[in-house]
Amino acid sequence: MKQRFYIVESSCVPLPVENIDTDQIIPARFLKATTKDERFFGKNLFRDWRFRPDGSADPSFPLNNPLYQGEILLAGDNFGCGSSREHAAWALAGYGFKVVISSSFADIHKINELNNFVLPVQVSAAFLSELFETVMKNPRAKVRVDVPRQTVTDMVTGKTEDFELNQYKKYCLMNALDDIDFLLLQKDKIEAFENNRII
Amino acid sequence: MNTLFDKIWDSHVVQRIDGGLDQLYIDRLYCHEVTSPQAFDGLRSRGIRCLRPERIFCMPDHNIPTVGQEAPIEDLVSRKQVEALSANASEFGLTHLGVMHRDNGIVHVVGPEKGLSLPGMTIVCGDSHTSTHGAVGAVAFGIGTSEVEMVLASQCVLQQKPKSMRVRVEGTLGKGVTAKDVALFLISRLTTSGATGYFVEYSGSAVRGLSMEGRLTLCNLSIEMGARGGFVAPDETTFEYLKGKEYAPKGEDWDKAVREWRNLKSDNDALFDREYVFDAAEIEPMVTYGTNPEEGIPVTGAIPFSALDKPLSYMGFSKGERMIGKKVDYVFLGACTSGRIEDFRAFVSIVAGRHKAPGVVAWLVPGSWSVRRQIEAEGLGKVLRDASFEIRQPGCSACLAMNEDKVPEGKYCVSTSNRNFEGRQGPGSRTILASPLTAAAAAVTGVITDPRELL
Repeated sequence: MKQRFYIVESSCVPLPVENIDTDQIIPARFLKATTKDERFFGKNLFRDWRFRPDGSADPSFPLNNPLYQGEILLAGDNFGCGSSREHAAWALAGYGFKVVISSSFADIHKINELNNFVLPVQVSAAFLSELFETVMKNPRAKVRVDVPRQTVTDMVTGKTEDFELNQYKKYCLMNALDDIDFLLLQKDKIEAFENNRII
Repeated sequence: MNTLFDKIWDSHVVQRIDGGLDQLYIDRLYCHEVTSPQAFDGLRSRGIRCLRPERIFCMPDHNIPTVGQEAPIEDLVSRKQVEALSANASEFGLTHLGVMHRDNGIVHVVGPEKGLSLPGMTIVCGDSHTSTHGAVGAVAFGIGTSEVEMVLASQCVLQQKPKSMRVRVEGTLGKGVTAKDVALFLISRLTTSGATGYFVEYSGSAVRGLSMEGRLTLCNLSIEMGARGGFVAPDETTFEYLKGKEYAPKGEDWDKAVREWRNLKSDNDALFDREYVFDAAEIEPMVTYGTNPEEGIPVTGAIPFSALDKPLSYMGFSKGERMIGKKVDYVFLGACTSGRIEDFRAFVSIVAGRHKAPGVVAWLVPGSWSVRRQIEAEGLGKVLRDASFEIRQPGCSACLAMNEDKVPEGKYCVSTSNRNFEGRQGPGSRTILASPLTAAAAAVTGVITDPRELL
């Protein structure tokens, strides 16, 4: 959802699994919807890890653990690999996540998150394991993500790391603008490009 | 000292904007039914039209059944999504190759075979396997639905320019080793995130020696090592393949285009951000044992002791076990990875004179109607039917099981598709990725088999 994005300070849901693919984030059978109802996708976030085949919640899955709540998902390396389905970003947003912290993100999914005002925050592998440790020890521990300063802080240990964010995307996040708003203003440049190209 | 990737990308930059993003002009957008409806809704809510409708081609492929396409789709939710694409194409004035249209098929099979994907182009689709089109010497990559809306509206996307990687495979591939095996080998070496942030140029004598179908398979799997895309510089093989295709240039235009396309190569002194070289002779027929395409080994190999517990528990396998001889319930030949005529020829080369193993369910799904017609024209259909196989109607099918072609929970499927993720072929399904040859060997023996023994 388009919204002004500044600072998120929240407890976290830890999901220490590497290479989480977008098929796990939202299985293909939920992609038949023709609407963009984030609540529908959010209800089915991690569907086959959250729920057993009989529909009951699997208590061992962190999203089903009442100790873990919050707007930040902590995930293992290479989050969001595989399919380009933006439904994965809609599901994260629909569930209520505003930030995903990992040591790396798959390219397409990272863009999809940004286009839906979910912020992918890439931290060092060492800091990620420290954050997991903090949260596992104290599920109420908070992490602060500051977009203007581009910092992420473990509020228990006080340790802070900078994160990268494209400056244009940062401007969009902080002003609730999307790429289409920008591109629609570029028609003259697009036509000039078309008229000048050789091939 | 430019790479081919630099040349194609840079020649499509409308402007570099502050913050390091490029506004990239897109020559071709393909839309399928799953990742486009929300993008068209976006246009409607903004009250805008497509800027360049002639550059956009739509076709349903993910949801459609692979038998009985003549009748309306039974699954009402799927039907609604397929009908939405048709209605959107009509409302926005886009070419639509609908269900049962003689040119319908999987978007990544149809684009190259119609000559819609050409050397030097930028090509996108709301589908990660758009990397496939790189085989014709194009910069092709998957995008999300918001970006589909951007291209519909402005024929552009905003992208951070990826880095360049070159992967050279030198030498001659052994008997029974296909492009699919090359790709699974590369992914097993580079890992599923090894090329994240990169565009990959495939080169070397083994890659040059691949047919267009082989190159399409190789480029298709680029995303499985995290790459934005992968491509092969165009050469005589490319021109031969494209010549005469419906949308390829004709006559003098063709000669002129080929002259330009011959310049599409990396300079001899081009600098790549990363480079790998592999020996083709090292590559064997590959299978996966886990739930991620990087978890692959030679078909004759054993599951490594370093394998993770979670995927092995899902697959019902143990460390140290050999893959040869493991029971197979389903075999799937098809998908944008391996649904082309050469894949069917390979499958038939093993099946001919043999018989489908009892108890194995086989889904043979051509990537397009054109492929299906060619299967019959070459007499492959008869050989397959004589061996108790049936040929279905085209679509994505069991690659992601959005239609009825689902592998039941706990069952094993040797699949020529691209992903062995948990539940990919249906909830609880267990996928073993392999080449069409290895799939055929499993189909006739009922167990994982080294295809070289049957060639």
